[in-house]
Amino acid sequence: MSAHGEAHKPNSVPPDWSRRILRTFFAACILLVVVDFVYHRHVYHSWENIPAFYALFGFLGLAFLIQASKGLRRLVMRPEDYYDDPPLPGVMDGEGDGHVG
Amino acid sequence: MLGSIPPFLIFFIGALLIPFVRGLPRLALLLAIPLLGGANVWAIQEGFQVQYDLLGYTLTPVRADRLSLLFGYLFHLAALIAITYSLHLKREDSDTLQHVSGLIYAGSALGAVFAGDFITLFVFWELLAISSVFLIWTRRTPEALRAGMRYLIVHVVSGVTLLAGAMVWVHQTGDPTFGFIGLEGLAGWLIFLALGVKAAFPLVHSWLIDAYPEGTATGTVFLSAFTTKVAVYALARGYPGTEVLIYIGAFMACFPIFYAVIENDLRRTLGYSMINQIGFMVCGVGVGTALAVNGAVAHAFNDVLFKGLLFMSMGAVLHMTGRTKASDLGGLYKSMPITTTLCIIGAASISAFPLFNGFVSKSMVMSALLDEGHMWIWPVMLFASAGVVEHAGIKIPFFAFFAHDSGIRTKEPPRNMLVAMGIGAFLCILIGVRPGLLYGLLPFPVDYHPYDATHVLTQLQLLFFAIGAVVVFQLWKIYPAEIPSVNVDADWVYRRAAPRVIRAVGGAVTAVDTAFREAFVGALRRILRGAFRAHGPKGILARTWPAGSMILWVSVMLTAFLFLQFL
Repeated sequence: MSAHGEAHKPNSVPPDWSRRILRTFFAACILLVVVDFVYHRHVYHSWENIPAFYALFGFLGLAFLIQASKGLRRLVMRPEDYYDDPPLPGVMDGEGDGHVG
Repeated sequence: MLGSIPPFLIFFIGALLIPFVRGLPRLALLLAIPLLGGANVWAIQEGFQVQYDLLGYTLTPVRADRLSLLFGYLFHLAALIAITYSLHLKREDSDTLQHVSGLIYAGSALGAVFAGDFITLFVFWELLAISSVFLIWTRRTPEALRAGMRYLIVHVVSGVTLLAGAMVWVHQTGDPTFGFIGLEGLAGWLIFLALGVKAAFPLVHSWLIDAYPEGTATGTVFLSAFTTKVAVYALARGYPGTEVLIYIGAFMACFPIFYAVIENDLRRTLGYSMINQIGFMVCGVGVGTALAVNGAVAHAFNDVLFKGLLFMSMGAVLHMTGRTKASDLGGLYKSMPITTTLCIIGAASISAFPLFNGFVSKSMVMSALLDEGHMWIWPVMLFASAGVVEHAGIKIPFFAFFAHDSGIRTKEPPRNMLVAMGIGAFLCILIGVRPGLLYGLLPFPVDYHPYDATHVLTQLQLLFFAIGAVVVFQLWKIYPAEIPSVNVDADWVYRRAAPRVIRAVGGAVTAVDTAFREAFVGALRRILRGAFRAHGPKGILARTWPAGSMILWVSVMLTAFLFLQFL
């Protein structure tokens, strides 16, 4: 079904658009960090004293999440038909196919 | 008249009438039910209740207080949206079945949140399961039939557990009223377990990610609104301040986000996302302060809206393209720009961007955690908040509507679907901009202001840099690719391990049984062979003596006798 590899599919968003969007996005990120040094925010948790704590936490947290998920994938990923093996004789068999057919 | 009808009754009567009308009258009736019901529930006063005596117990089929009324309003909104979303279904018999089961399902949810005693709660608890399974079965695929059967079994077990717990409770206290329960004694634990199954607690969660993605495009929108929210409601009533809920909630908020990153089916990704969001609610109930419980139920309210919106947008994609797998989709923004926009509004809401509704309720739970000094749970929930951005904020809209161009060209979904999504998106933004509208309905008085500069700034930093990490991973091409696959989860136990164990045990039993039988039959055969040797056709004892030889011997004997006479 998915004979088409990742590399052969073109990006749906034109490259100059995505460049523009990304540039705006990174500018916003920089701005948010700059504001963190200018504006004195309230602190409720001791970790919040770290400069740009939320930016660091968001970035590192997600980097960890994505890397860990790759590890999880190695552990739990199975082919799509993994659960399709012959069901219990008699019981599940008739039920699954009988109604549909 | 209005304000004194039990809320579920309007839906049940409507469900009875639906099969008898077709065409435009059915359309009108379908829309009239949640509108009339909404007017009724809006008119119901706090303290309204219906009671009667049965077998010496006072049952309260309807009890209205601030908590049940909030869920009453919510479920009418959800029903209106979901019914609007399914209005285009008007041909086949299975469409009628979907409408009827959708209405009974919504009515049962209303019945459950207004139930004042355990017996009524149990009845609606089981009705929820039985009515909703048809929203899965009407998909009519073998996978849907099997997933529906598993779903039904899990929920019936939850109902039976609830009944057992309720019986112990009534036996011990003599009072069937459903109020605070707590984890004291057997009854408390049994009811807790029953609610936990429906709330998708870890290890008993897999019915949700197994069944919801197999439902019909419209059915899953109904499913996402009611079952788990009824459970959250029941937890908020029976177990506020139960500490273990904080840890259960934190775990629920965290583990699904890892699965969500690698899940290929986008509706299943939303299922994981749902468990993650329920984690915030469960955690809030566990903290148990006024702010925390307010936050938990407010988040349940908002979750129905934004999760419904996301399920609707994926349902629209399924309806138009027949697919929901990330590996098959991409580039749909060109042919479905309105759906794309509405989906992004849902994504921004669930990610809790300021000005969207997720922001005004999730922050209440987070603040309550800090207020109560849960300094180690707070970062865990913050991580879970950031994780939402990855799967629901970016993955869902990005892989469906942008990413690699799949080459699929389609159209916007039917108008009723767009209207339903529009209502959802409007409410997401309305509550985000005017949180007071929701805060005014919460069970406890609210003195909370989500929009202060610190909070907005920190939330934006968290979200932007979380997105930044995903962007960097994508640009460096180290983001996990969409691969057609399944990921084993807790349902592996009963879908893979249990059948194998049963087969293995069955095989062993068969082998022992066969050996026994063979030994017995062998012994029997040996005995028979022995008997046969003696008594068989050639056996010494069974030899037949021909009449001729007897006559010969008789004559020999007689001759001998005669001979002896002459001697």
